[in-house]
Amino acid sequence: MKIYLDNSATTQVDKEVVKAMMPYFSEKFGNPNSLHEFGRDAREAVENARKKIAEMINCEPEEIIFTSGGTESNNLAIKGLIGEKKHIITSKIEHPSVLETCRELEKQGYKVDYISVDKEGIINIQELKRKISNNTLLVSIMHVNNEIGTIQPLEEIGKICREFGVLFHTDAVQSFGKIKIDVKNINIDLLSASGHKINAPKGVGFLYVKKEIKIKPLVNGGGHEKNLRSGTENVPGIVGFGKACEIADKKMKEKEKIKKLRDKLIQELEKIPGTRLNGSRNLRIFNNVNVSFSGIEGEALVLMLDKEGIATSTGSACSSHSLEPSHVLKAIGLSDLEAHGSLRLSLGWENNEKEINFVIDKIRECVDKLRKISKNIEV
Amino acid sequence: MTLNYSKKVMENFLHPRNMGKIENADGVGKVGNSVCGDILNLYIKVGKKKIRGKLIEYIKDIKFQTLGCGAAIAVSSMITQLAKGKTLEEAEKISNKDIVHELEGLPPVKYHCSLLGADALHLAIKDYLSKNKHEK
Repeated sequence: MKIYLDNSATTQVDKEVVKAMMPYFSEKFGNPNSLHEFGRDAREAVENARKKIAEMINCEPEEIIFTSGGTESNNLAIKGLIGEKKHIITSKIEHPSVLETCRELEKQGYKVDYISVDKEGIINIQELKRKISNNTLLVSIMHVNNEIGTIQPLEEIGKICREFGVLFHTDAVQSFGKIKIDVKNINIDLLSASGHKINAPKGVGFLYVKKEIKIKPLVNGGGHEKNLRSGTENVPGIVGFGKACEIADKKMKEKEKIKKLRDKLIQELEKIPGTRLNGSRNLRIFNNVNVSFSGIEGEALVLMLDKEGIATSTGSACSSHSLEPSHVLKAIGLSDLEAHGSLRLSLGWENNEKEINFVIDKIRECVDKLRKISKNIEV
Repeated sequence: MTLNYSKKVMENFLHPRNMGKIENADGVGKVGNSVCGDILNLYIKVGKKKIRGKLIEYIKDIKFQTLGCGAAIAVSSMITQLAKGKTLEEAEKISNKDIVHELEGLPPVKYHCSLLGADALHLAIKDYLSKNKHEK
């Protein structure tokens, strides 16, 4: 049995999505910028996808810029902003594509504040308010955290940004297609999303840019995507993304089913002594579980579960290039050892109860086995 | 991050040898730290055997406890196998390269785990020698 519980990393491309994409590799292979029929067919497909995506977040199709994915969208949103102001506010638990982009801007003379979060991973709203100044250009706060699944109070942040007259960007890579987002209601100026997190292929994403906001491109060339992202459009990818949005829109109604499976996982894993739930119990996306087990190291657990056919991930240092434990788990107050013992399970639409029962048994077994190896160790 | 562990690493990780603690160990080596996440406690029992008419001290028994990643556990298992039965003099010469070699390689990012194994063994021997006032 192969069980995939790493949907925050990437998802399986939906069969319907593959089907929708196929013609755009072969008979409808045209360049959407060509004048002939091949081109017009491709253009129509791209614009239909744009329309569908715009509908999902309640914006105008012209406000959607297609990119290569979440990382590029975050880079474009932050580096692309044009303004006299040189102060950015973000949080300590953002994705590296936001944090590293901000660090890059710091080198260029920008001032960046990294807002702290509480033990559930919710940003400190008072701190955010205090940090906003006349020089603040942008507030960039993610919607749902990729490791612990915490959902930020975007409405509240949006309101504050409007009050103080600063721009608001949100990295919605983990929430788009899973949680309904209305950019007008929430007062979002820029929003990043990615296709492969919602059963579309890798290599396609978008940045929503509110009409009146001026940004400059990072990629120059033939002036595609309203001159904001040159390069011939990834037509099959965009078509797939559009189809995935249609499917996600319908599936959002099934999220109670996944939520039940998630709750069962949390409930059963918490019965293992020395287990802690990381993140928020209530303000948590319906498909995320993140727990730490004392006396074990996450990479060893991931490896052992992989042997059982179960795909998971960890915030342990041993699994990172930097050999540092997860910045997110550290920010919510975990000790190094607790961060090392973390396990993330992110569910997808296809998971079922039988799988979850199997996974619970296997995790119990593996934790037990690893604890025997570290039994009574002196730290 | 994708890790490509050798068969030997996986085998030692999934079925570690000489796991546990030796009560009243003659020497103990504790290495690692909570930041990197790998902690290794190594215990040795020293015996004496006759080699060419001389009584020589050797590692009669060796056990480990490890809180760590797959590589750290495999390294722990391997160092105990390499050291068991060796004279102290021989055991002192076991290096992290020997461990990596016996494990049929480690991913570069995991080399530091092999150092833990060699360090723990050398510390355990040193601990024994210092307790027994040997001259080194």
